[in-house]
Amino acid sequence: MTEILNISNLSVTPKNATNRLLVSDVSLTLSAGKTTCIVGESGSGKSLTALSVMGLLSSQLQSQGNINFLGQELTKLDNKTLQRIRGAKIGMIFQEPMTSLNPVLTVGYQIGESLTAHLGLKSAALKDKIAALLTQVGIPPARADSYPDELSGGQRQRVMIAMAIACEPLLLIADEPTTALDMTVQAQILKLLNELKTRMNMAMLFITHDFGVVADIADDVIVMFRGEIVETGTRDAVLNNPQHPYTKALLACVPDIEGKKALKPIDYAWLKNGLEFDKVAA
Amino acid sequence: MIQQNNIILAANNLVKTYTQNTGRFGLSSNKINALDDVSIALIAGSTLAVVGESGSGKSTLARCLLQLQSFDSGEVIFEGCNLAKLDKNALRAKRQHLQMVFQDPFASLNPRMKIGEIVGEGLLIHGLGSESEQKDQVLQMLKRVGLSADDLQKYPHQFSGGQRQRIGIARALVLKPKVVVCDEPVSALDVSVQAQILLLLKELQQEMRLSYVFISHDLRVVRHIADDIVVMNAGKIVEQGSIKAVYNAPQQPYTQQLLSAIPGRKAA
Repeated sequence: MTEILNISNLSVTPKNATNRLLVSDVSLTLSAGKTTCIVGESGSGKSLTALSVMGLLSSQLQSQGNINFLGQELTKLDNKTLQRIRGAKIGMIFQEPMTSLNPVLTVGYQIGESLTAHLGLKSAALKDKIAALLTQVGIPPARADSYPDELSGGQRQRVMIAMAIACEPLLLIADEPTTALDMTVQAQILKLLNELKTRMNMAMLFITHDFGVVADIADDVIVMFRGEIVETGTRDAVLNNPQHPYTKALLACVPDIEGKKALKPIDYAWLKNGLEFDKVAA
Repeated sequence: MIQQNNIILAANNLVKTYTQNTGRFGLSSNKINALDDVSIALIAGSTLAVVGESGSGKSTLARCLLQLQSFDSGEVIFEGCNLAKLDKNALRAKRQHLQMVFQDPFASLNPRMKIGEIVGEGLLIHGLGSESEQKDQVLQMLKRVGLSADDLQKYPHQFSGGQRQRIGIARALVLKPKVVVCDEPVSALDVSVQAQILLLLKELQQEMRLSYVFISHDLRVVRHIADDIVVMNAGKIVEQGSIKAVYNAPQQPYTQQLLSAIPGRKAA
C-alpha cells in the first residue's frame, strides 16, 4: 500500500504558552485508498492536527514535529511551495459550506480557480472540466452559473467537494464535512466521498465527533483525547473491541438505535485514574 | 386508545404560512406552509418527540405550542384551556407551567446577567415566594442540575456548553412547570455531555413528573428519551405512534428513509 502522509511526533502549542500542549506527540500514517477517521470531543486536538498538515494553523499557534507528504517534509517548505501543494495534491473540505464559499462569485468560478492556478486550464477546457466535476458530485452542470445562496446546504457541500477534488489530490482532508447537514443529506455526502475515494484512490483524513459516521466511512480510526492519541486501530477493532478506558467510556455515551443500552456519561474522575493506571501498566 | 383526560398539552389542526420574498430583488413571493394541519397530543408524564429535517416545521411547532409565535388557524390546548383565547395576564400565569429549553446554550442566556439572576428571573416575574425563598429555590435548582452556590455570581461566558445547557434547564424548571418543550437541547453538545444532559432530563422528569415535547433531528437520541414520536416533513405530519412501533415497523417511505439514514446503522 502506498504511504501518502506520515506525521511523526506532532505537537501544537500557543506561541505564548509553549508548555500548554493542544496537540501532544501525535504520529499517524495515511495510505492511498484508505479513510482514516480522527474522532474526539471538542478540544481534543483533531482539527488542529488537520490544520497543521495544511500549514493553516492560526498565527498564534506553533507546531513541532515532522509532516512527511510523499517524501517531502511539509514543515520545512516556504509558503509559496506549500501553496502549490495545497489545493493541488492535498484537498480540504470544511464543516460550514456557506462560510467557506464566496457569496459574490458563481460556484463555477470558484471551482475553476484552483484549476487555473494549479493546472493552467483556460476557456473551453476549463468550462468542460468544471462541468465534469459538477456532474461527478451530482450537480447539474448548468448550476455552474449559480451563486452559493441559490443552492441548498447539501449542494453547497457538493460544490466544496468538487473544489477539493478538482486537481485530483492524493490526500483529501475532510473536517466534519457533514456535521451541519440533515441526516439524509449526510448519508448522501458520505456515500459520495466514499465513492470518490475509491475511484481516485485517495487517502482520506476524516475528522468527526460522530461514531455513527465513523462506522459508515472509516477504514482506520484514531481516537484523540485532550491532545493525545489514546487509541488507534481498524474500524471494527475500535468500535467493537475498544481497549482504552476513554474509548470505552466515549462509546458508552452513544445512544444505540435499538434503545436497549443505558447511557453512561463519562466519569472523568474515574477516567483520570483509569488513564494513570493505563500508563503504569504500559 | 389514549384517554382524553390524560392529555396535558394538545395542538389541533395548526396551520402556519410564511410568505417568503424570492428572486434577486425580493419582488416575487412564495407561500411556505410551515405547519399544514398539524395535530399532536402529549400525555401527562410522557415524552413526545417531534423529529424532522431542517425546514420540516418542528421548531415552528415548538414556538406555536408556547404561543411565542402566532399561527393562522388551529388551537393549542393546555390543561383543557385554549391558550390563544387567554389575555396577556392569564397567558403569563399559564406560562409558569409551560416552559422551554432552547437549542443554543450560547445564544439563549443573557450575557450581561449573572446566573443567579437568569435562573431567578422567572420566579421574580411570576411573584413566587419572598426574596429569600426565591434565592433558596434558585440555589437548590442549580445544585440539582449539578452546579454550585459559587456559580450564582458568575456570568454565562464563564461556563462550558454543557454547563450552560444545565443553566437553561434550571431556568425552565425552577418554576416547577408541568410541560417543558425542549428544542434540540443536546444537538450542540459533545456526545459525552449529551449523555449527561439526557440522563439529567430523564431524572428530572421522574422527580418532578414532567411532560416533555422533545424536538430533535437525532433519531438515536429520540429512541433513547421518548415514548411517542411524530415525524414531520415539509410542515406536515408524516407518521406518528409509539417509539417502538415507528422504529420497528415504519409505515411511511419518508420515515423509512430517515431511519435508514442514521449514521452507523449497519455497523451497529
